[in-house]
Amino acid sequence: MEGKTTLMEFRKMNSVKKKRILRKNMWCWIFMLPTLLLYILFQGYPIITSAWYSMLDWSGMTMNATFVGLKNFKELLGDPLFRNSVANSVKYMVLSVPIQLILSLVIAYILTSIIKKGATVFRTMYFIPVITTASIVGIIMIFIFGGTGPINQALALLGIDTINFLGDEKTALFTVVLIGIWKDLGTYMIYWIAALQSVSQDVYEAAKIDGAGKFRTFTDVVFPLILPIGGVIAVLCVIGSLKVFDIVQTMTNGGPYFATDVVATFVYRTAYSSTTGSPRLGYASAAALLFGLMVVTIGVVLNFAKNHFNKKRNV
Amino acid sequence: MKKVGKTIIYLLLAAVAFVWVYPFIWMITASLKTQNEFFASGLSLIPKSLNFDNYVRAWNNANFGVYFKNSIIVTVSVVVIVLLATSAAGYVMGRYMFVGKKLIMGIFMASITIPLVFTVIPIYELLKEMGLESNLLGLILAEAGGGHVIFLMLFSSFYGGLPKELEEAATIDGSGFMKTYSSIMFPLAKPIMATVVIMQFIWTWNSFLLPLIVTLSKPELRTLAVGLYALRGENVVDWTGIAAGACIAVLPIIIIFVCLQKYFVDGVAGAVKS
Repeated sequence: MEGKTTLMEFRKMNSVKKKRILRKNMWCWIFMLPTLLLYILFQGYPIITSAWYSMLDWSGMTMNATFVGLKNFKELLGDPLFRNSVANSVKYMVLSVPIQLILSLVIAYILTSIIKKGATVFRTMYFIPVITTASIVGIIMIFIFGGTGPINQALALLGIDTINFLGDEKTALFTVVLIGIWKDLGTYMIYWIAALQSVSQDVYEAAKIDGAGKFRTFTDVVFPLILPIGGVIAVLCVIGSLKVFDIVQTMTNGGPYFATDVVATFVYRTAYSSTTGSPRLGYASAAALLFGLMVVTIGVVLNFAKNHFNKKRNV
Repeated sequence: MKKVGKTIIYLLLAAVAFVWVYPFIWMITASLKTQNEFFASGLSLIPKSLNFDNYVRAWNNANFGVYFKNSIIVTVSVVVIVLLATSAAGYVMGRYMFVGKKLIMGIFMASITIPLVFTVIPIYELLKEMGLESNLLGLILAEAGGGHVIFLMLFSSFYGGLPKELEEAATIDGSGFMKTYSSIMFPLAKPIMATVVIMQFIWTWNSFLLPLIVTLSKPELRTLAVGLYALRGENVVDWTGIAAGACIAVLPIIIIFVCLQKYFVDGVAGAVKS
């Protein structure tokens, strides 16, 4: 990479050199331009606009939007459906993240360090749900967990009454969590495999010479080594679980009776598929903003905690 | 003793694998069964005879031919746009110091955690203002939008690691900035391109929220992911037809993944490490 030039150095340069540096900067910006435009138009600008929308009373159908200040936020805080959706998002996160992280780590460790034959085949099979469209997962799972589906048929053989997994308020969220784990496990498995591959073979050899078994090697030697990357994986998992939308929308639409309604489905329904009256884009934007702030805050706090923790260990 | 332990581990892995692929096997066999057979023998995974009527019905009556074409057009265009844009940006980020570089990367990084549901409302309004809400171009641009931080990092660390002599030789030969990039550097980045192509292909093919909203009032623009979702609402009874539609949507992506998974796995791994 070419060296950095400070402003002071730049002033002292002769005009030929100045011209060269300006030319270089110009080319760099030309090369950045397509990516910058894609970011500004479809991410940067929407982020700012969304904040503006959140202070409007606006149906999206007509041009007339009224500025209402923070009224939307006040209403949201008292809206039982919004509170319910936040609670469900948090429940989803609390239920899925620990199982997801532990199960994917166990499988990743087995596939990298314990077995050799067939590891790629297993890895591929565990990964297939990740690359499958959420709407397909939704449709298949509605049938598989449905009243006449394979799971209930199998339960019937065991003499257990039909359970309406996705249609019963008591079981719906839990079923969605299980299916979410099934769908995303492959992603976290790959992350852990990447982390485990960064551990050098010498470490395993040394542990073997010391007489440690596969389990002890993992808990005493390997796990502490991958913990820093593990922190990143945990943050990604938490954020991913809070963002969940596709599988909930395709399997339950947030129902029955809002039992699986997460913030993302709440925002979508409020903005685009309201069954009660006209859509409310301003109100939906306010909900999305509160939720976005929540996700970003959790991300930043976890990241801070992770860095703090890693620093302490290195001292 | 050691052998027994290994056998148990293999059995456990196989049991998990069965749960993981069962829904797909179920889907494929359901797509080959007749309606009657489907309801008579739900648990059986082997169809009595191969019956392709469901595919014909899904392709013609349920518009899957159109959805498939839309998905291909959108996905291929997005992949090309993202590949060209991120490679160029990654090149200058990896090899040069320029004014504003750190700031751009900082802003891009900060945007990673922001959920799509937060930005999707203005994205749709923006498409309307640009007059692109009723054609595939709008969907393509919106899908290609964003900072693509992972790809930028992959490209910039690749280009950054190439020897400096390459440029010097090119400059002596009289190549300008553009030509050095397009004829010397870009062709070298094939391994990273493979990763970017497969990752972006899978993401775009499976993308749901954005095409759902953009095509709400234009069913003829639906992609496969949205088409399947809509089909469920319109036509609850035809499970075997839906299963056939699901196969049409998912089999191409599984085949592509199985063939190119090395690049996908490398890409995800590279992203986590950096």
